[in-house]
Amino acid sequence: MSRTPSGLSVPDPSRRSLLRGIGGAAVVAGAGIPLLTACGGSGTAADPKTVSLGSNASDAVPKKAFADIYAAFKSRSGITVDVNTKDHNTFQEQINSYLQGTPDDVFNWFAGYRMQFFAAKNLATPIDDVWQKIGGDFPDAMKALSKGEDGKYYFVPLYTYPWAVFYRKSVFAQFGYQVPTTWEQFVALCKQMKKDNLVPIAFGDKDAWPALGTFDQINFRTNGYDFHVELMAGKASWTDAKVRTAFDHWAEILPYHQDGSIGRTWQDAAQTLVSKKAGMYLLGTFVAQQFTDKADLDDLDFFAFPSIDPAYGQDTVEAPTDGFMVSKSPKNHAGVVELLEYLGTPEAESIYLKADPSVVAASSKADTSSYSALQKKAYDMIGGAKHLTQFMDRDSRPDFTSTVMQPALQKFVRDPKGIDSLLSSIERQKKTIFASA
Amino acid sequence: MSTQTTAQSPEAADTSAPGITSPRKRVARGHGRLLTRRDRVTLALMAGVPTVLHVVLVWLTALASIALAFTTWDGIGFDSIKWVGLENFKELFSNNPQFWPAVEHNVIWFVVLILVPTPLGLFLAVQLDKRIRFSRVYQTAFFLPVVVSLAVTGFVWQLVYNPDTGLINSIIGANRPGHYIDWIGDPDLNLWAILVAASWRHTGYMMILYLAGLKGVDPSLREASALDGANEWQTFRNVVFPTLRPTNTVVLVVTVIEALRAFDLVFVFNKGAQGTELLSILVTNNIIGESSRIGYGSAIAVVLLVISLVVIIPYLVATFRKERRT
Repeated sequence: MSRTPSGLSVPDPSRRSLLRGIGGAAVVAGAGIPLLTACGGSGTAADPKTVSLGSNASDAVPKKAFADIYAAFKSRSGITVDVNTKDHNTFQEQINSYLQGTPDDVFNWFAGYRMQFFAAKNLATPIDDVWQKIGGDFPDAMKALSKGEDGKYYFVPLYTYPWAVFYRKSVFAQFGYQVPTTWEQFVALCKQMKKDNLVPIAFGDKDAWPALGTFDQINFRTNGYDFHVELMAGKASWTDAKVRTAFDHWAEILPYHQDGSIGRTWQDAAQTLVSKKAGMYLLGTFVAQQFTDKADLDDLDFFAFPSIDPAYGQDTVEAPTDGFMVSKSPKNHAGVVELLEYLGTPEAESIYLKADPSVVAASSKADTSSYSALQKKAYDMIGGAKHLTQFMDRDSRPDFTSTVMQPALQKFVRDPKGIDSLLSSIERQKKTIFASA
Repeated sequence: MSTQTTAQSPEAADTSAPGITSPRKRVARGHGRLLTRRDRVTLALMAGVPTVLHVVLVWLTALASIALAFTTWDGIGFDSIKWVGLENFKELFSNNPQFWPAVEHNVIWFVVLILVPTPLGLFLAVQLDKRIRFSRVYQTAFFLPVVVSLAVTGFVWQLVYNPDTGLINSIIGANRPGHYIDWIGDPDLNLWAILVAASWRHTGYMMILYLAGLKGVDPSLREASALDGANEWQTFRNVVFPTLRPTNTVVLVVTVIEALRAFDLVFVFNKGAQGTELLSILVTNNIIGESSRIGYGSAIAVVLLVISLVVIIPYLVATFRKERRT
């Protein structure tokens, strides 16, 4: 490195100015650090014709879909939506510091516990004024999902999607399978599929959240919606015999799950359904994104997770709902209200669905005529549900689900025999976490 | 070199002192005049800026995380920080099913890095030091994994180990139902699978360090031992290796650091699922991300800090003692 002759023969003053330059650069770098932590807000202060919006829609399809909505809003109201898109997972991970810093006026978020958490921490603005206008368009279940613990509205839902058991119509026709509605039929079907050399239930839990969805289904089918809510809220005990029963049911079908699941992503697991090597796959409707071939997509169908306890039947649907919230002190409040009122209209929803057909509108007034068969079925399933849940990591404390439940369920999937010690470990950790704040 | 100059300077001062009668004040004033305003500003900046950065980014943050380790805090507003004493540590040592495995894996990481890639790197360095043909090509090839970011390394190896489409399972036919070898998920396998990737990278690192050390070995030593009739192995064992002592110290320190900061590879590989828990990943999972258990995560970070200190302090003590002796 010191071989460059010019570096050695540089006269004094210029070497000094070089050093000064380095010092200056260090000062700039030092000053840059607080700037970096404060980034996020796009600094378009108090411009009545602009609303800033923090977006987690980093994937191409939803990004385009949202852009279409904002374009339609602009041509209607003259207000520009200044979108600040971040990677989906990064957005979620940085949400705490983002909302405390200088957040955008409006931001993408999810319904459920996490929304209520930010509302309770005063990091969001109540939007009852918006709901006075859009309230008539939404079913009661959606209204309940949009309220904070204080009863005020904090959230405008845009779209939702159900979790269900996906299968290929052609495969079911080929082997003469019937859609199971009870647990016995479901287990019998798994056995039959294994005999027919299919993987009965495709499964990939590398990202650790898919198993949360399986547990949700089995738990509210076994113990009902009310118990599920109590369990998620940290009130019911994980060492309760009811929880043990749910895990026993899971252990019963675990041998029919695709093995090697902890090392497999959900996308790879979905590919086994695409290639017809697997018979069924429990996931959200976003699994359809993996079906890139039109004929394959048309062949895809789903059914609600079979009932386990007849007292609860299939009355609960897990339907995570995505939408918008307003940050604590929006710069352009009037513009924000106008934007949210527009986002709550069936029109905005149908623009989104045109671009992303793997989800359905949250509004009950949305136009369903252009829905695909899958969307219609999903829409009816959600509309007919007695209870809606979000998903374990949206219905419970995220510190509990990410640091306790995700590793615990991965452990269970690998070694279902160790369930008793696992449950008491979960309960001990849960007590500490829910005791703090 | 530095020891030489420090040894000479007092001597020089002694000889000059009696020769000139009243030099002391003049020297002092002259010294002051030597440093112009600009010089002093430059010096202040050169010493001051790094000091400020160091204090703010290293000491303040380290002390803050030690303080936070005795609190619970969800990261929202400073008024929500609550003092809990030793609760976090009690919880960590008795209730966290991932903590002790994580400590164990960090230790295994260190032991494996010392036992496998380090001797291998030394071996490669010795071979490359012999001026064989295409030496530069080999050096580049072995050193390339070190240049590539660990996240990329993790991604590449994850493709190799993928249970369905990965290279290994495809070749040995272990990607069929009932035959799966889950390199990424199986806790009996995944740590070793990742360590292969880590060793692959570490070997190149060690090779470069040793190669640099070997270049510094005086050729006359080799000549002398050759004249004495030592064969190649004897020369290496009794002459070359002992002169590599400073390099070995660096290697040891580097490897300890690598073992303690092991993170990116595993995080990309499987996010620290069962079997590959590491302290650094536990810290990240608890603090960064939505969970925001900042107090608890800081407690884990403090444990990591204590482990590093246990390793670093004896090293520093030994180094300083050596410096004082010479």
